[in-house]
Amino acid sequence: MAGYLLRRILYVGPVLFAVALVTFLLMHAVSGGPWDSDKPLDPVTVANLNHKYGLDQPLWQQFLTFIGNALRGDLGISYTNQGRPVTDLLRSGFSTTATLGLLAFTVAMCLGLTLGMVAALRQNSVLDRASSIISASAASTPTFVLGVLLVVIFSVHLHWLPTGGWGSPKQAIMPAIALATLPVAYIARITRASMLEVLGQEYILTARSKGLREQVVLLRHATKNALIPILTVAGPMAVSLVTGSFIVESFFSIPGTGRLFVQGVFARDYGLIMGATIFYAFVVAVVNLAVDMLYAVVDPRIRYG
Amino acid sequence: MRGGPLIPAVETEDLAPVTDRQSPRTDLWRRLLRNNRLAAAGAFVILLFAVAALIGPFFVPHHYAHQDYDVIYQGPSSAHWLGTDALGRDILSRLLQGARVSLSVGVVTQVIVLAVGLTVGTVAALGGRLLDNLLMRLTDVAYAFPDLLFIILLRAVFGGSLLMVIFAIAFVQWTTVARLVRGQLLSLKEHDFALAARSLGASDVRIALRHLLPNCLGPVIVAVAFGVPQAIFAEASLSFIGIGVTPPLPSWGSMVQDGYQAIFAYPHVVLAPTIAIAVVMLSFTFLSDGLRDALDPRIRH
Repeated sequence: MAGYLLRRILYVGPVLFAVALVTFLLMHAVSGGPWDSDKPLDPVTVANLNHKYGLDQPLWQQFLTFIGNALRGDLGISYTNQGRPVTDLLRSGFSTTATLGLLAFTVAMCLGLTLGMVAALRQNSVLDRASSIISASAASTPTFVLGVLLVVIFSVHLHWLPTGGWGSPKQAIMPAIALATLPVAYIARITRASMLEVLGQEYILTARSKGLREQVVLLRHATKNALIPILTVAGPMAVSLVTGSFIVESFFSIPGTGRLFVQGVFARDYGLIMGATIFYAFVVAVVNLAVDMLYAVVDPRIRYG
Repeated sequence: MRGGPLIPAVETEDLAPVTDRQSPRTDLWRRLLRNNRLAAAGAFVILLFAVAALIGPFFVPHHYAHQDYDVIYQGPSSAHWLGTDALGRDILSRLLQGARVSLSVGVVTQVIVLAVGLTVGTVAALGGRLLDNLLMRLTDVAYAFPDLLFIILLRAVFGGSLLMVIFAIAFVQWTTVARLVRGQLLSLKEHDFALAARSLGASDVRIALRHLLPNCLGPVIVAVAFGVPQAIFAEASLSFIGIGVTPPLPSWGSMVQDGYQAIFAYPHVVLAPTIAIAVVMLSFTFLSDGLRDALDPRIRH
């Protein structure tokens, strides 16, 4: 286990390096640069800016400088946000994005597990059908479509909730719902399938036939085993909630990392894009690692060699 | 004991000649379309949209980019069946053209995903350890990029032609199929039937193409079927935040974006593309679910 863990951690480094390299090359393949604007700057100013930020150095040197700094936790500076350090921007943005993601994750797990469990325990009943239809519709509604619908109902007609912004609990309700809808459907479907499969197993029959109470059978024997496939999708789902919230953030004007990234791409802010991409790849790697470790906790049959 | 034939009467069905037995393929279609009404309905709706997208734009009286400032924000009428948008463009024409964009994004990305995923997965599984390691590390790197953010990045670098949007989406999706194919092949090639083919003198290529790949197609078809709505979803989302296909080419996502600006006064502009996206996505979800149920032997009811 310790050896496996160490190997996995060591493996994160090369992957991040490759991600950085690909992003760096892509960014420099873009025509135009961070100093482009409607009013062209004079060439001397551009040359001075390039010199100040090291953009006049050869590409390989720029890349090595970036990697060297990144290893010390410095992801460079943003060229468009008054030269603020990228790590600063990410830190302030990420707390927002993570809060929103965590909210959506909680909603998705609670609602998804409930829907899936109810459907599985009352298979082929009206409740099961209803649950299937709800999750199929939820799986087919793009985030922004749901955002539009929510705004029309709760902001335009009922005047209950603000259309955007971030800071008060009221402002978090619609974004969290919009972000959680797809995962709810996903979790509900996996939970139903997984529960049904487990309930058909012989050890459930054994547990029932030795006279255990139904509650104990369902909770201790069925649910615990049904959790494993759910956990498999929960990890990547948590990642996609944190990295994929840029549509919700753009739609509801939430100052998170997703919106920051989109703005960075529009402004050709190399520094911001490089930093944000590395940061995201890092988050993905760490969460995936954590999920793999969690498997071993939930399922003692899994041993990492 | 009453006298009678020693051989018990056999139901005629059991005596049907072997040639009459359903091939796996007809069996699949029967399970998919006749036993699963939702999947059949989904397939029908998709077919309807595909036909409309294919021939519709030839029959509409207005070009999708034609602007007419005398008729902005009109409701449905005999001249404009679904009304007009902020620039007086016919919404029905744009919806049909948008269907072309959405469906071609969905289908073409999956063709690329299938081609690349099958090739990489097969070569990795059967091409020896060195190639396997190399390709799988490549897959890991592609997988490490957060998908929608990477699509945005590619889109920013290579511009907004429809083809580039398709390539960008395909680029983040192929890893799933590649891993799936590799995993399936690695386990299949240890089976007896592969050994049998080899001992009969079949070449590596023949074993791979004739014996191994057909056996792993089930899960691959399911993955691709789920990939279509995902790609449509990705394109609509990109177009919605303004970095998808380039105007005046309409996409359902950009149509929702256009209409959203006047949602309080003219909700009908947003309604048509919103419903279109939801219906097509729902149809693909039902069809993919049906395919999975029909192709996955473990969940046969």
